[in-house]
Amino acid sequence: MTKRASDVSASPPRRRSKYTLAPLVLIAANVVLFSLFFVWPAVIGLVYSFTNYTGVGAFQFIGLDNYDNLLGDSTFYHALTRTLMYTVLFVPLNFALSLLAANLVVNKHAKGSSVARVIFFIPWLLSPIVVGVLWRWLFGENFGLVNYVIEKLGGGEVPWQSNADLSLLVVVMAASWMWTGFTMLLFIAAIKNVPVSYYEAASLDGAGPWRQFISITLPSIAPTSFIVILLNTINAMKEYPVFVALNNGGPGSSNNLLVQYIYETGFKRGQIGYASAASFVLMLILMAVAIIQLIVNRRVENR
Amino acid sequence: MTTTDMPRPVDADPGRAVSKKPPRSAGGGGLRRAVPATTLLWILACLYGLPVLWFILSSLKPASDLFSYPLTLVPRNPTLSGFRAAWDSANFSQYFINTTIVCVITTILTVGVSCCTGYALAKYDNRWLKAFFLCILATTMLPGEVMLAPSFLVVRDLGLYNSFAGIILPAVLTATGCFMFRQFFLTVPDELVEAARIDGARELSIFLRIMVPISRPIMLTLAILSFQWRWNDYIWPLLMLNDPNKFTVQIGIQSIVGAQNINWSVLLGASVISMIPLIAVFLVFQRYVMNADINAGLKD
Repeated sequence: MTKRASDVSASPPRRRSKYTLAPLVLIAANVVLFSLFFVWPAVIGLVYSFTNYTGVGAFQFIGLDNYDNLLGDSTFYHALTRTLMYTVLFVPLNFALSLLAANLVVNKHAKGSSVARVIFFIPWLLSPIVVGVLWRWLFGENFGLVNYVIEKLGGGEVPWQSNADLSLLVVVMAASWMWTGFTMLLFIAAIKNVPVSYYEAASLDGAGPWRQFISITLPSIAPTSFIVILLNTINAMKEYPVFVALNNGGPGSSNNLLVQYIYETGFKRGQIGYASAASFVLMLILMAVAIIQLIVNRRVENR
Repeated sequence: MTTTDMPRPVDADPGRAVSKKPPRSAGGGGLRRAVPATTLLWILACLYGLPVLWFILSSLKPASDLFSYPLTLVPRNPTLSGFRAAWDSANFSQYFINTTIVCVITTILTVGVSCCTGYALAKYDNRWLKAFFLCILATTMLPGEVMLAPSFLVVRDLGLYNSFAGIILPAVLTATGCFMFRQFFLTVPDELVEAARIDGARELSIFLRIMVPISRPIMLTLAILSFQWRWNDYIWPLLMLNDPNKFTVQIGIQSIVGAQNINWSVLLGASVISMIPLIAVFLVFQRYVMNADINAGLKD
């Protein structure tokens, strides 16, 4: 993206650079929306994070108190570590499953891959709320299909809902299941762009399918892999609806993630200032992720 | 994974290799390779398909059969009573209409606005446009979830609280949409614009009469994506809407889940109904999503 932008500016001056009114008319609507729903909230959010605003009435500037309290808030730390744990589990699982699905779908020996592709994609069409409901139905402790099968096979009832770690694991599986189809599309596009001649050369040299995957496919799709990892990290950091529908951040509040924490402090307890400070911490994390994404993108495109 | 035991057409342009796939069934040692690949593919596909299948089949069971052991995959006496109960209960039909209205309006606005912006970013060049391009890039770094509280206050101060406009307007600007159109218009030759100018066409009529019609495939792709995002939105409508008559489907479903005793029969029915529109749209317009060159600008 950045490369193309610089291409445009490097090209010799053309007549079109004298047109200013028409493009401004064309972007006008988005400029208005951008300033109303992006710049304005960002600015007042930053301001409120230094106040004790509750959403109504007057407020006072309290300096860095909100951030200070946040650092000592064990609930916030718990939400933050839980979010990071979720991200660390979700991103690799989704990556592996999507890459496997993409490879199987593009494999010309596999039959029925166009139907399978649709099957992989359908979970992405479901809303996070429905995905949560669906997995709650599957993993219900005394009525779910999974425990029923486990008991039929001679196992005991697994506490999918009442054990905090297991219920986090269920959400990780549910989210990976839901996001596979989309990530798979990105991988399919990347894999199809790998020149066929590489594989031919490798197979002449006697490389088997696994060897070809490790030495050709993986390095060739590296740019896409980076993008997938970073997009999924951002998605995971802001996950909320799947948790709400699956176990409502439970058992208890043990799986309340950052966005849920922000929502509950800001809207249920009315501490808008404090919630804004928490938002800005989340924003800093996401910014760090996004900056890495930009740097990687630029390096890859300039290669 | 893609081993070759037959000479494949070597293509000079790797990007083109996509369209010219060799015939599926590679002869000779084909079967030996086909069996493991096909088996693995379908095991995985079953793992992905089963949860949805189980969910849909469960929704066809009468409420009394839902928890009766032994569990059966296929309902013994299939019934639509769960759906009917869901549709009648708690205004669900109203939620459905609300969500449809919101989705359709947002999608139309998103496609229109993104098309204009993408065209301007691709075919004109001045420093305002460059600055705005960076601004749009910035929105990908700050998802709406990060600014929940301040965005809520802004929309409230604009007097849009508890109205559909409050859900629609903040959702119209999407970086993905703008980038998709920009990418597309970059591939349209500048000569087309120049030729129209020489013929005396005005700038905006070049856009409306030449560029808009040729961008129809991108419009469909973005329309499907946008419809999916908005249909599945949960947290923003939840914050914005206070009046139960204006709730969207997702809020309706979550309110069934949030109850003390979950009425699973109604919940399953409502969830399956809410899945139908998207799956129908997807199956009809499948190729616009599957073949789309979706890339990293994606946000929602």
